[in-house]
Amino acid sequence: MTMPLTGPLLSVEDLVVEHRTPGRPVVRAVAGASLHVAAGEVVGLVGESGCGKSTLARAVCGLHGAASGRILVGGHPVTPLGLRRRDPALTGVQMVFQDPYSSLNPRRRVGAQIADGLRAAGDTAASPADLLERVGLPRAFAGRYPHEFSGGQRQRVAIARALAARPSLLIGDEPISALDASAQAQVARLMRDLAVESGAGLLFISHDLSVVRLIADRIAVMYLGKVVETGPTAEVWADPGHPYTRALLAAIPSPDGAGVLPAELPGDVPDPADPPSGCRFHPRCPLVMDVCREKEPGFGPVACWLHEPEPSSPS
Amino acid sequence: MRTESRPAALSIEGLRVSIGGHDVLHGVDLAIEAGRVHGLAGESGSGKTMTGLAVLGLLPHGSRASGRIAFGGRDLLEMPVRELNEVRGAKIAMVFQDPATSLHPMLTVERQLTEHMRHHLGVGRKEARERAAGLLAKVRIPGPEEALRRYPHQFSGGMRQRIAIAVALACEPEVLIADEPTTALDVTVQAGILRLLRGLCDDLGLAVLLVTHDLGVMSAVADEVSVMKDGLVVETGPRGQVLREPRHPYTRSLLDALPVPPGENSP
Repeated sequence: MTMPLTGPLLSVEDLVVEHRTPGRPVVRAVAGASLHVAAGEVVGLVGESGCGKSTLARAVCGLHGAASGRILVGGHPVTPLGLRRRDPALTGVQMVFQDPYSSLNPRRRVGAQIADGLRAAGDTAASPADLLERVGLPRAFAGRYPHEFSGGQRQRVAIARALAARPSLLIGDEPISALDASAQAQVARLMRDLAVESGAGLLFISHDLSVVRLIADRIAVMYLGKVVETGPTAEVWADPGHPYTRALLAAIPSPDGAGVLPAELPGDVPDPADPPSGCRFHPRCPLVMDVCREKEPGFGPVACWLHEPEPSSPS
Repeated sequence: MRTESRPAALSIEGLRVSIGGHDVLHGVDLAIEAGRVHGLAGESGSGKTMTGLAVLGLLPHGSRASGRIAFGGRDLLEMPVRELNEVRGAKIAMVFQDPATSLHPMLTVERQLTEHMRHHLGVGRKEARERAAGLLAKVRIPGPEEALRRYPHQFSGGMRQRIAIAVALACEPEVLIADEPTTALDVTVQAGILRLLRGLCDDLGLAVLLVTHDLGVMSAVADEVSVMKDGLVVETGPRGQVLREPRHPYTRSLLDALPVPPGENSP
């Protein structure tokens, strides 16, 4: 694979993705988000539903056009996927979708679907059975149809199909949320292990923070189309900077038997078609200041006026 | 173990269910009290959902139920369908796991929120609409008035589940069976829904049967916890006792399997 290994594997710079519906205002699902994933790194992208994390993932795959901003994978700009054959430089981006009941073709044997991935990578050495083995399924299952599998097994098949194309960047768009609780942690760990093993980057999107904590090296927290905090998982977990991250973590109920109701974040998620002025989180923020209402914090790693970097030391 | 001071709003005694000759429940006993949240935990396939469905007479075709489900002095299993229809949806309501399938895709949210309300409570169109908007505000749907005119596909999964909860609450039920109601929701929304459920339970004296695999959710809202395994309740007791000092080895193994060990959670 001809990947210039300078800089991160995936870099998303000020990405804006808009959804246009006739007769309705334009919705900026992603409103200037920046994100980086290095090779061999697992980045967990978390946020509430509707914050634009899935749209960001789809844009990285080329399933959505970007209104402005840049997406580079290994230095190549990502172009929207059309009818023509995909630029070979971009077949290294593979996605595992949320629902394995609809992402697999019900009328084709899973072996044939995995073989599609192998063909995309020009891989003649491996067989679909090898890939099934890698995701922990028996080799003989290649001759089966998707309906013969359970949800967790189907998601393993979908992962095998994505891995068959020798991805340099694997994207999981809520890959575990359709699975049984007992299968969730397993499948998440499997994705992590396989991605890291093959040296690929993994962008793992989930709303389940406890699973993201388990597998991600870095966490990116998204709110209303923007990445509001990034950092190493352990640091973010132990000392969340952004008030939104704090609220997210405080909302996780602890199974300690104490009967403590998780903390609720007051207010509603604003309409992305009409975002609030200044900091997007200010109407719900418990620590809101005057500056938050007027100016948007355009810096990182914590996009909050409480964590403004010193002007002298560029971070 | 349980203090029998209050009469149970709903009591399930020796419930056995078999589907196609295969037994899925082997004598389940549960008592749900008004103003209390009873959590039902267990892995998938343990019979949690079947227990909930049996209460509403929604078991799949070809299944046979025996035992007794007492509600308001009557046995729901013996009740003719016509009378059961007066009870379910009005006095006993259910929130299902998957809002994508539990809401009708071709009806507006208003229709789905008001149809059973008008049928069971006999309220007029205008009043039903006002109540529906109030319910949507209660479950934190932004712009309730406008949301009433929209269809389920125009909402995200989390929003849809909130609408499904509003639908269940519309007729002010006495018993609410919530089958994994927050599994598909974000943690912040989940926190809101759990507080909502707890609040309804405390304010209106609603009896809630909360079916969930998430022991964190269980710990946050449930007063009593029952753990199911292979169609049997293996342990029942107050929340603190079951989650801190489980007596059954299966409960212990469930607690040990958590991704985040109890005690070292969020800051």
